[in-house]
Amino acid sequence: MAQSNRLAAGGRIDRSRPLTFRFNGKPYQGYDGDTLASALLANGVRVTARSFKYHRPRGIVGHGPEEPATLVELDGEDASGNRPATTVPLREGLSARSVNCWPSPEFDLGGINQLFSRFIPAGFYYKTFKWPNWHLFEPSIRKAAGLAAAPKYAPSCGYFEARHAHTDVLIAGAGPAGLLAALEAGRAGKRVFLADEGPEAGGGLLNRNLTIKGQPAMNWVADAVAELQGMANVTHLQNATVWAYREHNMLIVNQRMPEQNSLLERSWRIRAAEVVLATGATERAMVFADNDRPGIMLATSLQAYVNHWGVLPGQQVVLFTNNNSAYPVAADLAGAGALVVAILDSRVHVPDAAMKLVPDIPVHAGTVVAGVKGHKQVRAVRAVPLGGGAGAWITCDLLGHSGGWNPTVHLWSQSRSSLKFDETLAAFVPDSAAQRCRAVGAAAGNLTLDQIIEGGEDLPYAIDPLWRVEIADQKGKAFLDIQNDVTVSDVYLALREGYDNVEHVKRYTTGGMGLDQGKTGNINIIGTVAMQKGISLQDVGTTTFRSPYTPVSFGAIGGLREETVLFPYRHTPVTQWNKDNGAVMYEAGARWRRPGYFPKPGEGLQEAVNRECRAVREGVGVYDGSPLGTFELKGRDVPKFLDFLYSNVMSSLKPGDGRYGLMLSDDGLILDDGVAFRLDEHRWLISTSTGHADAVNQHMKKLLQTEFPGWQVMITTVTSQWNNATICGPRARDVMQALGTDINLSPKAFPFMSFRDGTVAGLPARVVRVSFTGELSFEVNVAPRHMATLWDKVMEAGEPFGILPVGSEASHVLRVEKGFLSLGHEVDGTVDAYDLGMGWAMSQKKPDYLGKRSVQLRRQSGHPRRALVGVLPEDPNRQIPEGAPLTPGGRREATEGLITACVWSVMNDRWVGLALLENGHARQGETAHVRLKDGVIPVRVTKPVFHDPDGKLLRS
Amino acid sequence: MQKYSIFSLARNALSGHRNWPLAWRSPALKDRYEVIVIGAGGHGLATAYYLAKEFGISDVAVLERGWLGGGNIARNTVTIRSNYMRDESIPFYVKSVAMYEGLTQELNFNMMHSKRTMVDIVQTWPKLRELRRRQLVMDIYGSTYEQITTDEVRRRIPALTGGGPDARLPIICGMVHTDAGVNRHDAVAWGYARAADALGVEIHQQTAVQSLIRGVDGAIAGVETNRGTVRAAKVVVAVSGHTTTLTDTVGLKLPLRTMNLTAFVSEPVQPLVDVIVNCPDSGFYFSQSDKGEMVIGGAPDMGQSFRRDIKQHVFEDTVTAMLSLFPSFKKLKLMRQWGGHLDIAHDASPIMDQTDVPGLFITAGWWGGYKAIPAGGLTLAHLVAKGAPHPLMSSFTLDRFRHLDFILEAGTTTAR
Amino acid sequence: MMLIPCPFCGKRNESEFIFGGPVGADRPDPNAASDAEWVEYLTVVPNPLGPVQERWWHARGCGEWVTIWRDTRTHDIVRAPDGPK
Repeated sequence: MAQSNRLAAGGRIDRSRPLTFRFNGKPYQGYDGDTLASALLANGVRVTARSFKYHRPRGIVGHGPEEPATLVELDGEDASGNRPATTVPLREGLSARSVNCWPSPEFDLGGINQLFSRFIPAGFYYKTFKWPNWHLFEPSIRKAAGLAAAPKYAPSCGYFEARHAHTDVLIAGAGPAGLLAALEAGRAGKRVFLADEGPEAGGGLLNRNLTIKGQPAMNWVADAVAELQGMANVTHLQNATVWAYREHNMLIVNQRMPEQNSLLERSWRIRAAEVVLATGATERAMVFADNDRPGIMLATSLQAYVNHWGVLPGQQVVLFTNNNSAYPVAADLAGAGALVVAILDSRVHVPDAAMKLVPDIPVHAGTVVAGVKGHKQVRAVRAVPLGGGAGAWITCDLLGHSGGWNPTVHLWSQSRSSLKFDETLAAFVPDSAAQRCRAVGAAAGNLTLDQIIEGGEDLPYAIDPLWRVEIADQKGKAFLDIQNDVTVSDVYLALREGYDNVEHVKRYTTGGMGLDQGKTGNINIIGTVAMQKGISLQDVGTTTFRSPYTPVSFGAIGGLREETVLFPYRHTPVTQWNKDNGAVMYEAGARWRRPGYFPKPGEGLQEAVNRECRAVREGVGVYDGSPLGTFELKGRDVPKFLDFLYSNVMSSLKPGDGRYGLMLSDDGLILDDGVAFRLDEHRWLISTSTGHADAVNQHMKKLLQTEFPGWQVMITTVTSQWNNATICGPRARDVMQALGTDINLSPKAFPFMSFRDGTVAGLPARVVRVSFTGELSFEVNVAPRHMATLWDKVMEAGEPFGILPVGSEASHVLRVEKGFLSLGHEVDGTVDAYDLGMGWAMSQKKPDYLGKRSVQLRRQSGHPRRALVGVLPEDPNRQIPEGAPLTPGGRREATEGLITACVWSVMNDRWVGLALLENGHARQGETAHVRLKDGVIPVRVTKPVFHDPDGKLLRS
Repeated sequence: MQKYSIFSLARNALSGHRNWPLAWRSPALKDRYEVIVIGAGGHGLATAYYLAKEFGISDVAVLERGWLGGGNIARNTVTIRSNYMRDESIPFYVKSVAMYEGLTQELNFNMMHSKRTMVDIVQTWPKLRELRRRQLVMDIYGSTYEQITTDEVRRRIPALTGGGPDARLPIICGMVHTDAGVNRHDAVAWGYARAADALGVEIHQQTAVQSLIRGVDGAIAGVETNRGTVRAAKVVVAVSGHTTTLTDTVGLKLPLRTMNLTAFVSEPVQPLVDVIVNCPDSGFYFSQSDKGEMVIGGAPDMGQSFRRDIKQHVFEDTVTAMLSLFPSFKKLKLMRQWGGHLDIAHDASPIMDQTDVPGLFITAGWWGGYKAIPAGGLTLAHLVAKGAPHPLMSSFTLDRFRHLDFILEAGTTTAR
Repeated sequence: MMLIPCPFCGKRNESEFIFGGPVGADRPDPNAASDAEWVEYLTVVPNPLGPVQERWWHARGCGEWVTIWRDTRTHDIVRAPDGPK
């Protein structure tokens, strides 16, 4: 039975290139140019799917993205699920399976659902499955619901990519209207982007036998495509779906490239000065009892299979219509050798022009289909007068139906442009545009070729809408949404229960919520609601058209941007050294990848950190402080600016000196802390915490550009202009001497919180005396190109003193021992400078600076404050988890604080911690209680400093 | 109220489902009510229900501009959880989660509540520290959060094949919030509407409030609608996103602004992921609906907007982050996406209070308040009925702004 | 993704910018404003259903701050409405 339904000639397939494929395990043959659907029909395969809810047998209904019934899952390299068979290009070796049935669509065990279908009307699950609870039912419901299997692997070869494009005119759809628009714009020299979802240009002309000025219309298409091909200003893409219309005329196109193995799909983000929507129209279904039986197809799809693919899906055809478009279908089918038994037209008067096309075919005006015989295959249809009556059974093996045409307004509507219901066309058509776009051709309601192109010959369109067949004795389910198994009764039930807004109907019945998003059925739902409520379709309105127009793979949306493209990381010239020396590297905030610690073989984190800490406290250590945010500020008004920016006074600094300060937001929260140095009269250098460098930059620039545009302050980000090795520990000065420098390092000549320019180890350097560890420290800043050299020299010069590299974990311990602030730990939006024991940083002298008024106002409320304290667990060997709450007496009640940090202090040989504790300043010496799930840890409240409380060492 | 059960379903099946009563009435609009609730979204309907149920106030009109259940409740990702950080927030959400669990029985409407736990995928140490902090505070209030190893994370989520040791952000561990669940958002709206209606509450759809009316004493007097004036001494504004649009009409100034949040779903596929997956370091979260769709959300777009917009670059970033951890999703397809707008307060925590206009109440600033609907409705009803805040929400009043005492939960998760 | 007009760079993709919030009232003298006035200045921003004046930082471009008017309903960049801002 090889391709029993294939016509001897015709169609746009290549008969010289036969392809073999498998469907549900069985081998078949088709031709290059086939879709899976056309090949299955050519082979006479009728039952291709089972329905979602009732597991009714289903066949192929349409011929394009509107296909509601036959979804397949592709195997092997092509693996992907839920693909309409009508949009799967046939390839050699293709293997496809039906979704939603087991073991096969011919014999599907789920079909038992049909027996108790009356117990599962729309929304039945809201009314039942409640006892004892949903969990009892959920697993089986979930299993029954999902369609194809989820993809198991990423594509094993090939990739996705994304591109940007700008164009004068973007045209969606390469049917006659789109091609015309492209020719017009292209000839005018505009940059044109033409994108069409099918493999070949032509749109509806591909499926029909039309002429333009007496010549086959496809000849005109070929000429147009050739002319566009010759225009350098025109980009013409096929297999490219415009699936989203965003704000400011940005549209997204998904281009599939089956012929190019390495590139799977490409995503285009196109910004267009003007958009032309030539998206055509979609035929809608007729709604009658058992309108889902295999062999019942959209009329124009039958025509498409004949003309486009050379397939005649059946021999004895009945057509059922409410409009003119079924008549050319009948003529084409008859021309291909089918016996067209009858045309049933619900209209009482069929236009003469239509009748003329089918002189030899019986036309029954004012007649509808009100029943179907056949379960897995239509065998006969019941033709009944519109007003009712006994009617007659007509034997057939194919029923083509046409409920009229909907302009494809998805993109139009996505652009936020409005729709109106056109009574003549009985369809929603574009109304007023919200962006620079226009609809042309069938998308604009010009449904026939004569309206679109001069010389186009086509039967004029005329329709008398029939939203559903209403015959009293009609038996069987009449489907509005074939994919989601939504029937007319379901809509009636929704309305009966008060779910009478079209959005309620959609949600209650799930009509239009499938993969096809209701392309063939939504309008019938709207029509049914309108008739039932006695209002117009305009007043019922449509549900919202959402992107994507058709499903798009996430791979294409993501492009090639995973991992480091989306999340780039920053690192310093010492990274390679760090890796070579066994550092454990990780994300340390603000996208910096830094060494956490440097374990020796066999050493764990704690041992390594202890070793590094001991080196700094007792000998010398060095860390790479390059990520610290650094900005150079220049100009006459910098002192005024810094005094506004920081809570303490900066303007009084002398050149060469620096000061630690706090920055607040104007609502009184701590924004950042850092050090400001005055380089000379008008040049300043400020540092920010690593994590907040970008935010502080934004903050400063906003202030200067929007609040104080007249102030003379120039800001240069110099974070990456300087790298530094910070040498810290009692032997730091010895290491500096060993490195060799022309800077006088004596404490008197070069005191704490000052800087000197000079050379270190022969490299030009700026040395700064700041300390984030509490020890004597020299921050040696050099140009990045010298950093690796400096680092090597420091390690070499430091070796006699036992220098160790210090990671961020040890740095954390060292700052906690000193009670130095870490914004990520101690500052959580609830504390101010006073709470942190840094009231000295809140200038009383300055009349105004950011945050001053707000801190005052907040403190005036008298609400209890949490203050920074030190905590010593009563058991010195008891570690407290960071973040652990403090509660009164350790009881299970509202917290009175939390542990912000807890570290093993090598200097104290015990765990020490910092905490925010309600009224903490007054509670020193008392016992507070950490509440954990499994117990209470009593802690002694102390001052927040555990090493060198007077700061002698860092000044030494 | 017709009792919904397997038996009523069977009985109605025999009569062709022709005898089901209306889920709610469409009564005539009166010119005066005891309480007007503006907005038939989750919070508005729940507030009306609890006013009638708990406080005996049934002379309530819920006025809805569009269709009931059509606001943010129609377009959210149904994540219900209580993993917050502050003492002010946790007990409120613990209550809300508990109420959700009993809602199917309480309202006799199947919410399809699926308590399926949420797994946070931790990829940075600062995030782990923050989540551990939450874990220990949450325990005080009976909310659960447990750390699990990366191996255990992968066992629970087999599709999670990215984030390995060589990845840009390797997975450090997981945190499991067993209280979390998902349910069916439409059912929540419809269940509350039906139950409130049965208690005498009137729901008026297609009734757009155009402005608020103050009396000569300055107190609220009613509302002006497209169907005429309706009076009440108490008016509740529950119109996420449009709060200031209404309160502007009486010159009220509130610390709120409106922005977009979007979500999207994949094609339906067979069951693959049994938990809610939240990836705060990567910036996305998702769960698989009972229909098989992956319901995915990402970061909000902070720009002010009433357009219910989808920002392509924000959307692409969310997708790309997801593909880094779930590379097999490259072959999964986007089926539908949408945006909603919502309002956010200056400190990003909610506001439920009586305003400076006596009798005018607001519930706002939820920026994703789905999980808060039951407790929000109950506590707001308490405030409206008794004139004093319910203890669970007393921190969420406007008073906190008078002293700039913010409740800062921001940045604690993407799954808001 | 909007196209935002930068006076230095021309129309550029929104992804190059960072949103800087609506333009609120001028900062009052903190030593003269009442508590309520101060709090209102800090926390209340214009949130109109329509044109709003707002700031964007061209962070991935020229680094300058840009002030535009934009309609919050349509996202159209609009001219400054007449009258006081």
